[in-house]
Amino acid sequence: MIRDWATQLAQLALVLALAPLLTGVARKIKARLLRRRGPSVIQPYRDLLKLIRKEAVVADNASWLFRSAPYIIFATTWVAAALVPTFATGLTFSAAADMIVIVALLGTARFFLALAGLDVGTSFGGIGSSREMMFASLAEPAMLMVVFTLSLFAGSTQLSTIAEYMLRPEAGVSISLALAFVALLIVSIAENARIPVDNPATHLELTMVHEAMILEYSGRHLAVIEAAASLKLLLYMSLIVCLFTPWGMAVAGAGAIAYGIGAVVYVGKLAIGAFLLAFFETAIAKMRVFRVPEFLGVALMLGLLGAILLFVSRMTA
Amino acid sequence: MLEGLLRITDPLTLSRFAASGIGLLLILAVLGAFIARRAYGGRAIYAACTLVCSSLAALALAVLLGPSPASGALELPVGLPLGHTLLALDKLSAAFAVILNLTSAIVSFGAIGYGAHAREPERVVPFYPAFIAGMNLVVLAHDAFSFLVGWEFMSLASWALVVSEDKSEANRRAGLVYVIMAAGGALTLLFAFGLLAGADGGYGFAEMRQTAAFGPAAIVLVLALLGAGSKAGLVPLHVWLPLAHPAAPSHVSALMSGVMTKVAVYGFVRIVFDLAGPPAWWWSVPVLVIAGVTTLLGVLHALMEHDLKRLLAYHTVENIGIIFIGLGLALAFEASAMSTAAALALTAAVFHVFNHSLFKSLLFLGSGAILNATGERDMERLGGLIHRMPVTAVAFLVGCVAISALPPFNGFVSEWLTFQAILLSPQLPDWVPRLVAPAIGATLACSAALAAACFVKAFGSTFLGRPRSQHAIAARETDVFSRSAMLAFAALCLFAGILPGFVMDALGGVSELLVTARLEPQSSEPWLRIAPISAARGAYNGLLVFAMIAIAALATVGVARRVSSHALRRSPAWDCGFPDPSPATQYTSGSFAQPIRRVFGSVVFRAREHVEMPKPGDTGTARLSVTVHDTIWEAFYVPTIRLVDALADQLTKFQFLTIRKYLMLVFATLILMLVIIGVSR
Repeated sequence: MIRDWATQLAQLALVLALAPLLTGVARKIKARLLRRRGPSVIQPYRDLLKLIRKEAVVADNASWLFRSAPYIIFATTWVAAALVPTFATGLTFSAAADMIVIVALLGTARFFLALAGLDVGTSFGGIGSSREMMFASLAEPAMLMVVFTLSLFAGSTQLSTIAEYMLRPEAGVSISLALAFVALLIVSIAENARIPVDNPATHLELTMVHEAMILEYSGRHLAVIEAAASLKLLLYMSLIVCLFTPWGMAVAGAGAIAYGIGAVVYVGKLAIGAFLLAFFETAIAKMRVFRVPEFLGVALMLGLLGAILLFVSRMTA
Repeated sequence: MLEGLLRITDPLTLSRFAASGIGLLLILAVLGAFIARRAYGGRAIYAACTLVCSSLAALALAVLLGPSPASGALELPVGLPLGHTLLALDKLSAAFAVILNLTSAIVSFGAIGYGAHAREPERVVPFYPAFIAGMNLVVLAHDAFSFLVGWEFMSLASWALVVSEDKSEANRRAGLVYVIMAAGGALTLLFAFGLLAGADGGYGFAEMRQTAAFGPAAIVLVLALLGAGSKAGLVPLHVWLPLAHPAAPSHVSALMSGVMTKVAVYGFVRIVFDLAGPPAWWWSVPVLVIAGVTTLLGVLHALMEHDLKRLLAYHTVENIGIIFIGLGLALAFEASAMSTAAALALTAAVFHVFNHSLFKSLLFLGSGAILNATGERDMERLGGLIHRMPVTAVAFLVGCVAISALPPFNGFVSEWLTFQAILLSPQLPDWVPRLVAPAIGATLACSAALAAACFVKAFGSTFLGRPRSQHAIAARETDVFSRSAMLAFAALCLFAGILPGFVMDALGGVSELLVTARLEPQSSEPWLRIAPISAARGAYNGLLVFAMIAIAALATVGVARRVSSHALRRSPAWDCGFPDPSPATQYTSGSFAQPIRRVFGSVVFRAREHVEMPKPGDTGTARLSVTVHDTIWEAFYVPTIRLVDALADQLTKFQFLTIRKYLMLVFATLILMLVIIGVSR
């Protein structure tokens, strides 16, 4: 019980501390792949500190929603990130919320982000919100189909249970699992506003989505939103790692060494993930906005196919 | 003391109290006709409705939470010549009576303030209590006659309310479409009861349960889907909802959308789960398919809409779909003797009935407040109301988050339960429902995401941004009664969202009555979480999630306060350096939905965009025109209307015949009758 609480609190702190680093590492690798030196990997921390100390400039007609939305977005994303097992299963809060809840919490964060984009009443904010919700209308069901597939394997929607199931030897490779994996990758790219769906480095483009919604933010509000965005990237990467490569994760009740190994392996896996993400982003061009629904439609269809295969194949089981 | 309490909780006594409640509402209706025009007359009637409805809700709650009532119905001496009126409060009736009367009580309270704005109160006030009385009679009735009498009462009273502002052509058309659909629906229900009653003519529910249906029970299912479905708004019978619900005054819209559709759901559940006998395995398939189509079409229609009240009405169609998904799953599980899974699906459906009645009434009251403050329902002419109507904005925001199925509010819990039920369907023995289930899951997930988009649009274009018209600039906060009613609904949405275990336990009796199983008591789960099947399968703790979000948000605010500079400067909007002062450059509800219209609407509504660009050098304006088709209306209703018109044209010929031809017709009819009699002998 105490160990679970300790794991949970460590997890809460860990995701918060690691998230900007992950963003920094991904940026650094991307710069190196483009033969630039790139900023230091701890630059995101410096940026956050700089932003939080700066004066916040708020548009004249912004309401209380505009000023409180960053905190709501950050809090929901943080809670969701704390629910994904990273280095050990058996989190205290894991019994409080399953994978569907994690998806829905990210939905709450997106809801408020889209509202914040509309609050000032600028055309850029509107364009961002509108497109974000259009992407979400395909990405969210695709994500839930992945959840369906995985939970049918493990007989549970609880992430810890699914991770423990995946650690067992009988969890072999199957078609449904592969389909779910590809679908989850596509959804992760779209949800984190990465290339080819959106460009996290853009600031004045008609095709920007995430950046368009947060265009009016500055100072501490922007810092909190940026922190939430890095947390979300970490969350999706942890989710992929936890579901498809859980090796090395400490199972609840293991010794202290297992926890240490789990933490080291987790950080290593994140580093590999950051490299793959940067590599993928440098290798591909951004797509037009109305190609994105097709891209996400592929994810939805793959997820649905994976789930239907399982629903039908269970008849013999 | 204890004995007195037991006597009061005796079901027959309670039914007697409930019957007198209905009587009181009818008296109020008559009284309303006389005092509606007086100063404070309408207010007095609404206040009395609040009192009667809250007592009825409390009474029904006592039955719902109490021990299983003994069978036995209250016989009233009034009624049709063929039968007497039987009233009873079993667990199912009690659950729906609680939902109905709780919502009606709060809406009536809001109407104390809101109803004062009515231009012709004498056309609203008398019918309002009658409407509630009709709905209560449907839920309480324990025989087919009183059920149908209540049903028609509810339909006619609400029809009178729909046409209460008959100055506009649109409202008159709404009234016409509504009354045709209502009549058709009642007729099919009449047939359904006729089949259930069998040959000996017993129309009490207890007798119907014992005798098997005359003919195949599947016909009863189809008739119930048509009759109750047309009232609830199942596609393709939903067309009257977006016409009639917005036409009524907003507090009546709240009841029609939030409550009356639920009474229709009650009718379906009563007939199919309770009276029609054990279901066949394939019953679930048409229900699930229709429900899935309803869900998706409802939310897509809502997204295309820029009239706030029509948007809400279309969204009711979506939520009815979600409820019927739960009911369809429950049918599938019950037919396969998986009673715990059936209990889960049924609980999810009835929970969603409760949730939807809360947030839809809240949203309709909010739209009423906006309508009063600005005179506008068109979202393209609103905006920035969060500054002018702060309390309405908060309550409306809660409703929007809740209806979009986002935690920590109540809409999420019932959708979560529905997902859990879908995840149990691979264990079904028949492969057709098992194949349909994941597709339904994807539909539900898709519609939840689209609902979020829809309510970002609704809230964003009415409350956020800059005002788009003079009316929106001049808006003022609504009266204190409406505000309190909306806040009460918002509080209930949060309560049911963070403590769902209590609601699920209260619904245990319903699933026990209908599918002979109930979920494990949730209140004994640690930390007030819910775990419908087992904690290892899936659990959700709304309270903890809410507390964690609150703590995390407060901690972040605290840290930001400590570290940050505190400085805050107001300045003109940045907008990438090109701010345009005209509010017309903002995204409107139409432009917000444009990407979704392009992705989904091009197939579903055959939506086409046409851009006319002037030639280079030409100084004319460019034009963008959009055509959207209501595919269901064009596919089903237009041909029907044409057919009826053509038949009517043919039949008018019979009006202008000579006497000789009439006599020939009479003779031909006589011969025909004789032949029929001769053949049937």
